Amino acid sequence: MNIHEYQAKEILAKYGVTVLQGGVAYTPAEAERIAKGLPGTIRVVKAQIHAGGRGKAGGVKLVKSNQEARDVAKSLLGKTLVTHQTGPKGKEVKRVYIEEGCEIATELYLGMLVDRQSGYITILASTEGGVEIETVAKKTPKKILKVGIDPQVGMQPFYARKVAVGLGLDIKTGTGLVKFLLGMYRAFTELDCSQIEINPLVITKNNEVVALDAKINFDDNALFRHKDVEELRDEDEEDPMEREAARHDLNYIKLDGNIGCMVNGAGLAMATMDIIKLSGGDPANFLDVGGGATRERVTTAFKLILSDPKVEGVLVNIFGGIMRCDAIADGIVAAARDVTIHVPLVVRLEGTNVDLGKQILADSGLAIIPAETMADAAKKIVAAVKEAS
Amino acid sequence: MAVLITRESKIICQGFTGAQGTFHSEKAIEAKTNMVGGVTPDKGGTEHLGLPVFNTVAEAKEATGANASGIFVPPPFAADAILEAVEAELELVVCITDGIPTRDMQRVKREMNGSKTRLVGPNCPGVFTPGIGKIGIIPAYIGLEGKIGIVSRSGTLSYETLVQTTRTGLGQTTVIGIGGDPVNGTNYLDSLELFLDDPETEGIIMIGEIGGTAEIEAADFIKSWKSVKKPVAAFIAGAAAPPGRRMGHAGAIVSSGAETADAKKEALKNAGVEVAETIVTIGEAMINALKG
Repeated sequence: MNIHEYQAKEILAKYGVTVLQGGVAYTPAEAERIAKGLPGTIRVVKAQIHAGGRGKAGGVKLVKSNQEARDVAKSLLGKTLVTHQTGPKGKEVKRVYIEEGCEIATELYLGMLVDRQSGYITILASTEGGVEIETVAKKTPKKILKVGIDPQVGMQPFYARKVAVGLGLDIKTGTGLVKFLLGMYRAFTELDCSQIEINPLVITKNNEVVALDAKINFDDNALFRHKDVEELRDEDEEDPMEREAARHDLNYIKLDGNIGCMVNGAGLAMATMDIIKLSGGDPANFLDVGGGATRERVTTAFKLILSDPKVEGVLVNIFGGIMRCDAIADGIVAAARDVTIHVPLVVRLEGTNVDLGKQILADSGLAIIPAETMADAAKKIVAAVKEAS
Repeated sequence: MAVLITRESKIICQGFTGAQGTFHSEKAIEAKTNMVGGVTPDKGGTEHLGLPVFNTVAEAKEATGANASGIFVPPPFAADAILEAVEAELELVVCITDGIPTRDMQRVKREMNGSKTRLVGPNCPGVFTPGIGKIGIIPAYIGLEGKIGIVSRSGTLSYETLVQTTRTGLGQTTVIGIGGDPVNGTNYLDSLELFLDDPETEGIIMIGEIGGTAEIEAADFIKSWKSVKKPVAAFIAGAAAPPGRRMGHAGAIVSSGAETADAKKEALKNAGVEVAETIVTIGEAMINALKG
């Protein structure tokens, strides 16, 4: 689960991480009021959306008066920002964060995540602040410093000093980073984060170590023990279809193609998308209907897939391992009757009672195109979509 | 011989009397698995599926001589169940549970440092040795006693691979589902080592995914094989997945160059592995690899 920058900063501040003063506003008037309460004269108005690249897209503006903060908030609220992370449709700005300005001496990158190889929480740091870390990793991997935290000892000041030295900070500034990292690690472990990213981390002209931006991702599997975190969820930021899917325990991710897919198992779902692409088609979604492909779940899955106006055909690929193919076929037939399917539908079944399952599909009177293998299924759906258009 | 589940295995189920534990234990018994009992706290002393139920793993081991366990307990309690089995010094613990918090698994991994127990999973389909038995949810009837070792992160893709190696008559020694979680027990390297040492395994199939770099490390390991080596075929799912999106498995997020399907396929090809472009041809790829 993701949260907004201002929420991440509120959390980090509680753990002793230095952030600038600021407040969130939903209206221009609120923005002005918050601006009035901030020290100094420079303020930054920042669009709050769950996507990076806001600055380049015009979502972060420096202002010199409270009135200007109001005007900029007015121009940002309701505006749709398109960044490289939002997709072409962009995201509408519904909240802005008004923050005091600061005098930046240096911009750095600081991240914390779980390294899959060691299973350790690992600090990533780089002198290349304000740039996407993926880009740094690709172009100049040597500029990324990695420090794994041994879980037996937890976060210790020496780890933080290692990072400070690696970033070329002087002793005094380094002490500030130690406090910063200790707080960040405590937040990470206590709240079951999966990633915290501070980009940029800045050293001010007064040698203070400050989180200028903050991004926190939480481990979805651990939300059951963090009700207060769950309350920070902003449903406006989530794809409504993906949210609906989650409600039914389906794993759905919308993509840009025109062939809808319904598959059981994440691996098989990916392999199905791969074979559609290799057959000259383009998958419209990833959808894992899970082990129990019951009538209700299959119906919801069909509804989700077909609610995407781009979908011109649907491929169902189910391996009935534990669940029998005849039960799955019953589910598909019932669902196909509940939801009018106006596009070609190819079904490939494999597993227990597969012949019985195929018979049920054939006897249903529905216009289902049966497929023998995955390759056959992919070929058939690609051909059917081409023919229909 | 086979690996992990052998004729010497005496298996218990933790979360035995729950819906999942019951269903899959029934299936395991049908598949002739040597199940000797189960554990459900508070139900000790009762009987379930004709087998004794115990309150703790230690009691179950004491009474039955169990050396392996399959875990079917809900995510909030799963880490505790794994650690209980580790403390009882079982040789093999297979955790099927999906949705365990990463921090819990980090704790498990830390506690298991230096332990003799081998963990498979979590969030995996389990381990299956055709003809001998299984722990987990892999449907036994699609297997065939034979000569191929299969290791996979994905459940359904391991089933597809089972079906193909069964239809082509190759059969399997053991199938290991290592699971898709970012922090887990047995990995590709461990599984490859097991299969390399197993005299019955003549060829190995590795099914991977986008995300992480475990497949690259496996490729490096295969490349390092000298006198003792076995033919390997592989498939990597997720070539069509957009970068940065989580595809069901928490692990399947592509975030750096080395984690893409193409990078993994390339590394495996360089290690002399026969790489199937689609899952549909994995059986064929294994046959080609065996021909050398």
